[in-house]
Amino acid sequence: MRELAEILLRGPHTLTSAERETIAAFVSARNDCHFCQASHSAAAAHHQHGDYSDVTAVKRDFETAPVTEKLKALLAIAARVQEGGRLVTDAHVARAREAGATDLEIHDTVLIAAAFSMFNRYVDGLATFTPRDDAAYDLMGQRMARDGYLGNQESGIRNRES
Amino acid sequence: MAHIELPAGLPGIRALLTYRPETARPLNDLVDVLLRGPHTLTPGERELIATYVSAQNDCTYCASIHGAVAAHQLDDNEHLVELVKRDVDRAPVSPKLRALLHIAGKTAESGRSVTEDDIASARAHGATDLEIHDTVLIAAVFCLCNRYVDGLATWTPSDPDFYRQRAKVIADNGYTLATTTTNT
Repeated sequence: MRELAEILLRGPHTLTSAERETIAAFVSARNDCHFCQASHSAAAAHHQHGDYSDVTAVKRDFETAPVTEKLKALLAIAARVQEGGRLVTDAHVARAREAGATDLEIHDTVLIAAAFSMFNRYVDGLATFTPRDDAAYDLMGQRMARDGYLGNQESGIRNRES
Repeated sequence: MAHIELPAGLPGIRALLTYRPETARPLNDLVDVLLRGPHTLTPGERELIATYVSAQNDCTYCASIHGAVAAHQLDDNEHLVELVKRDVDRAPVSPKLRALLHIAGKTAESGRSVTEDDIASARAHGATDLEIHDTVLIAAVFCLCNRYVDGLATWTPSDPDFYRQRAKVIADNGYTLATTTTNT
């Protein structure tokens, strides 16, 4: 699962890691998964020098957020995938193409939204420990942005709890 | 028609896994471990969980192929599989599996829908921590697969024999090789 996250969110891509982490945080917020939306919001921010403003605006209302039309169109697709795959229509895809999205960008947006629909359910379905401290997530986000998903995440969590 | 240009002639998730092999590998490995690895739940029971979740998510491709694999692994009991898909409360499964299917259904709605009572009920019927963990994870993974397959509008064959034949290939070869196998 870490390998999937690493490839989807940090692999070489025409979408930036900040954009892809924003899609992940957006879907997680819609799934009401605090752990995932907070940590991936922090990762998105730390791919942009610690600036939370774009990802915060997207979570509040992506259509009016100061992001590209292409990212808005992809977020609209992600929102439908979060609810159910069959809700993505030809019109959603056409909008994304008109805004310059490629097949790969559309494919990966759907897969990121689907993958976070999995991660959110895994985390909340087993009622895992969810820190409520923003600073904890900011630290997680820094590490995620800097080191990715394939390193030893467990030692980071132990350090925060001590 | 699919929302993006995909390799011709491949159905459902197989088209997607062929289109994007980098993400195919971790997905295939995950599904193979979850549904076929050594376990106290049989492969047939685990495929029933995958089938049930896929039916709940209205994903015809995933429910059809995993239903066919489940039937193949459960003495060709297609009637049982149909009941699990359409009317799970009438399906003749063990009380433990019924409790786990209930947890899987709740997970499919939302992780937050799973309650302590749901877990307690599964434990009361003998479910172990690992069985509960894997039920939640199978349900979560199939929420991914269902959205992936339908979100890109992949081709869903309508002939049940297609799925029956494919199920034999999967039962013999698993998921890590299934995408590279060219015969149906």
